[in-house]
Amino acid sequence: MYRKEKSIQLKSSSAALYNNLSVLRLPGRQLACFSTVHGPSVNVVSAAADGLGFSHRQLQAKEGGMAVSTSVLTQAAWCVLPSRVLLVLTSQKGIQMYESDGSIMVYWHALDVTEHPPGQAVFARGIAPAGGRFICVGTSSGLVLVFDIPPKGTNITVSEVLEQHRDAITDIAAELGQAPDGAGDVVTADDAGALCVWSAGEEFTLLSKIPAFGCTCSSVKLWNGVVAAGYGNGQILLYEAATGLLRAEVNAHARWIYALDLAPETGKLLSGAEDSFVHVWKLSRNPDTDDVEIEHCHAECVTDTQVCGARFCDPEGNSFAVTGYDLSEIFRYSRL
Amino acid sequence: MSARALPLLFLNLGGEMLYILDQRLRAQSIPGEKARKDEWTDVDRKRVMNDIITTMFNKKFMEELFKPQELYSKKALRTVYDRLAHASIMRLNQASMDKLYDLMTMAFKYQVLLCPRPKDILLVTFNHLDAIKDFICDSPGILNQVDETFRQLIETYSCLSAGEFQLIRQTLLLFFQDMHIRVSIFLKDKVQNSNGRFVLPISGPVPWGTEVPGLIRVFNHNGDEVKRTEFATDGNYVTPQREGSFELYGDRVLKLGTNMYSVSRPVETHMSGSSKNLASHAKENIVTNPLAKEEMNFLARLLGVLEVKTPGGSETGFRLNLFKTDEEEEYA
Repeated sequence: MYRKEKSIQLKSSSAALYNNLSVLRLPGRQLACFSTVHGPSVNVVSAAADGLGFSHRQLQAKEGGMAVSTSVLTQAAWCVLPSRVLLVLTSQKGIQMYESDGSIMVYWHALDVTEHPPGQAVFARGIAPAGGRFICVGTSSGLVLVFDIPPKGTNITVSEVLEQHRDAITDIAAELGQAPDGAGDVVTADDAGALCVWSAGEEFTLLSKIPAFGCTCSSVKLWNGVVAAGYGNGQILLYEAATGLLRAEVNAHARWIYALDLAPETGKLLSGAEDSFVHVWKLSRNPDTDDVEIEHCHAECVTDTQVCGARFCDPEGNSFAVTGYDLSEIFRYSRL
Repeated sequence: MSARALPLLFLNLGGEMLYILDQRLRAQSIPGEKARKDEWTDVDRKRVMNDIITTMFNKKFMEELFKPQELYSKKALRTVYDRLAHASIMRLNQASMDKLYDLMTMAFKYQVLLCPRPKDILLVTFNHLDAIKDFICDSPGILNQVDETFRQLIETYSCLSAGEFQLIRQTLLLFFQDMHIRVSIFLKDKVQNSNGRFVLPISGPVPWGTEVPGLIRVFNHNGDEVKRTEFATDGNYVTPQREGSFELYGDRVLKLGTNMYSVSRPVETHMSGSSKNLASHAKENIVTNPLAKEEMNFLARLLGVLEVKTPGGSETGFRLNLFKTDEEEEYA
């Protein structure tokens, strides 16, 4: 169903971090951009759609004030807002925001180390745009920072700090489709497996909370009021965002899930895990029963690779990209 | 990232080092009665192992190690092992030390990568410690030190969540990133490819707590299961039999971290180069100054605890070329 295309070579290997691949497709332009975190730096690659011509850029984690040790990045993701696109990097020291091509840093936010108990790891992780105006970023203490992003310029401010999670944030996702009433704009996930669904605005409102059941939720997606969550035990669970009700349970992978992605035009779901597999699923809503359904479409084994990043490259889900730990390339697949 | 990865890194690498030293020293030892004055015996081997293990589990050293902190740089960690390997009268040449370190790191990288659950890194550590206790089973004093460390591991790590263990694992994988040295034992056993990358099996038992992939269940708005479907993949997974023990004593179940050198394998037995050198150069010149910035004071304090035994009096240190044949270990 999907065949392997030409890979993209990277200047440095991908690190074993959750959601370690971000793809930016600018509609109308043939260019697609990819980014993977190597460790202290991030690869940013711009590829033309015809496969010829790549430009590479490497961005470094900002050291921050007095620190002498190098910082490690935890995630890199493009945030597409109506007015602008920003490339956001999270690290052990704070949050860096760049223009979408990575050329200029427009904002730096240092993490407050004193907020964390001594001896605990300190880092930011989890990046998503929300409500057409904000960018949400999580921290290792469970806080979610909400940044107010002006249409242009560097006057970015912290609008709010959400304090519902008690464990390190793993991933944040914005509603990619049309949320039914009360179903929320953004979902946040943490290390314990707890999920929170929020309505975005001047003040964010907590709409529902899905309690943890003892398994880390490493990756989460929100589409048409359905939360798709990937867990450390290899399961994908689907919930109603508005009520928190469990609608489907998939024994999807034999190892820890590291990445989920969703194609909003078709409801295709992509999952990648440490077990070397990438699966494509199809989400749908039964119009009669209102049940959420999920079917398996395709399995891809990325031999001898622990997948750490997987993203669709187009909104229909006709192509996807994958990277893995220690890999200095991005594999690409597209539908026959 | 994680502030709790260092003890695991140190103990597991140390364990691998001991496996290798034990096997190499055995391969070169001469039965006691037949040995000349300048040749290795079993007694020498046991003494070397005892000395290194005593130093490794030094109380003060362990106290420092278990404090929450970032991982050392690669250079700084290598310095610690250089000192450790010379905690007895054995002296390794530079090439031997290099190869020893490469073997140690690739072995532990393999174990971390293949751990079914992140928490299983603890079982790997326990496997190493169980074997270390076997090495020094005749010495109750050192045995006590090892048990103390065991208890400290249990105290520090038993309460960590799966998410925190995964962070530890990710921190360790960051340390091992881009290391693809080919190890002949791994190549022979087909666990490593000729490009230096490890083989990741897609069959076997799933981790404890994970279901075999395949089942999809759909629920209605009342929470009742209304549909059940299956999907198939190339993977061939089965349910695991039982979970390994995280107690002081117990069956770890997991094989990762056990001594892969103890199975009888063809080992070179050249005697040349293994003689005790009477005019030994006691100082190893490995350390220029890899310690930098804030690691300096901390590590200097730490290394101060690891006293290098310089041969004195009638005893002479003896040099060892651990890896006789050149084609033994290759570099990718």
